[in-house]
Amino acid sequence: MLAKRIIPCLDVTDGRVVKGINFLELRDAGDPVEIAKRYDDQGADELTFLDITASSDNRGLILHIIEQVASQVFIPLTVGGGVREVEDVRRLLNAGADKVSINTTAVLNPQMVADAAGRFGSQCIVVAIDAKKVENQPFEWEVFTHGGRKATGLDAVKWAEYMAKLGAGELLVTSMDRDGTKIGFNNPLNKAISNAVDVPIIASGGVGNLQHLVDGVTIGGADAVLAASIFHYGEYTVKQAKEYMAQHGIEVRL
Amino acid sequence: MKKIDIAVVDYGMGNLRSVSKALEHVAPEKNVVVTSNPKDIENAERVVFPGQGAMPDCMRELDARGLRESVMHAAGNKPFLGICIGLQMLFEHSEEGDAVGLGLLKGNVKRFAAAEMHGANGEKLKVPHMGWNQVYQTWHSSADSSQLQSHALWKNIENGARFYYVHSYYVQPEDECIISGYSEYPNRFTGAIALDNLFAVQFHPEKSANAGLQMLSNFVNWLP
Repeated sequence: MLAKRIIPCLDVTDGRVVKGINFLELRDAGDPVEIAKRYDDQGADELTFLDITASSDNRGLILHIIEQVASQVFIPLTVGGGVREVEDVRRLLNAGADKVSINTTAVLNPQMVADAAGRFGSQCIVVAIDAKKVENQPFEWEVFTHGGRKATGLDAVKWAEYMAKLGAGELLVTSMDRDGTKIGFNNPLNKAISNAVDVPIIASGGVGNLQHLVDGVTIGGADAVLAASIFHYGEYTVKQAKEYMAQHGIEVRL
Repeated sequence: MKKIDIAVVDYGMGNLRSVSKALEHVAPEKNVVVTSNPKDIENAERVVFPGQGAMPDCMRELDARGLRESVMHAAGNKPFLGICIGLQMLFEHSEEGDAVGLGLLKGNVKRFAAAEMHGANGEKLKVPHMGWNQVYQTWHSSADSSQLQSHALWKNIENGARFYYVHSYYVQPEDECIISGYSEYPNRFTGAIALDNLFAVQFHPEKSANAGLQMLSNFVNWLP
């Protein structure tokens, strides 16, 4: 049977891994290649790198990091952050990324998702959706862009359906309300999206303990769970997380 | 000219770096070349035929680069490893875009049927089939028929080991005897086929951690 995946996420800026709270207050968490190798040894199913480098000067650094990681770690690598054109996708794939995650650009220019999927295949196109619960809209969760600063007026569930239709092979759903809070995934949001689309979804934002990972799958209907801080600061290893999930009846790769 | 140990066929579809890096990792002494030159494929001792994206595009790009003949020749004559679409293209026809394949093997490429995509507890199964699934090896009689054995490419790989898959289509060979490994989603589907010098897999050994690296190492040392 297909296993549910555990995906450690590495936020990278200027060549270092960092972790913030609600997209703010960044703390240094270490060297990307070292961390990637450690997670691979622990049994991570995939790795996601999000390039949060602010200045365009240092954007090329991520390519160098991916090249290094890809020659030492043989599990799927996803890279996101600052992907604006089909050419950016090509560069990242050539550096050794297996999937590229598109976020803000998908909103500004949805055709780019279709073009990238058409050229490289849906299997390597992930659309990242940052969603926040809203009160003033006819829907429950709204899509935000620019690292969570800009509201779009889009219904996150409808947006997910549209992205899958345009060719996204997978959706990375981050709850902006939960990110960095350690109170658990936004399971109702994930469940609503998972029910609406046929492609796999990755739950992200809010993991504080191992039960949250279990709930993400059993309650939120996620096909994969993504977490950063619980792994970076050594609270839990990926192996511990998988053993815990297995004990709770979830199929994992051990 | 330096001898080419392993040629990775490049027809412009997707990321071949993963495949070549993984081969270099398991066989640092071998000369691995990513190439779209038919001469390199003819001269190589072994050929890896990867593929990503949609099969109609892959077939078109293969022909646009004049690689069909050299790939067909290699598939019939030397250790040959097809990966993902590189497996599917060996067959006659795909439901994906109604594409005609190379037809080296009899059979078709089919899409996971939407009506069947439910697990044991009624849960929805997503397509693409993406992630790590168990691959069960099939056993065949040895050359002298004295014992049952699995294929040389499964050496030191546990039966049921997990490999990384990402695909929406799978191959259905006319002759089921060529199936060398299978997985379930929810029904049994072809994970690997083997015929003489030919071995081809639906999953991605280059992305399947230790089990995948072991398979690539087995391929590098395989004497069919």
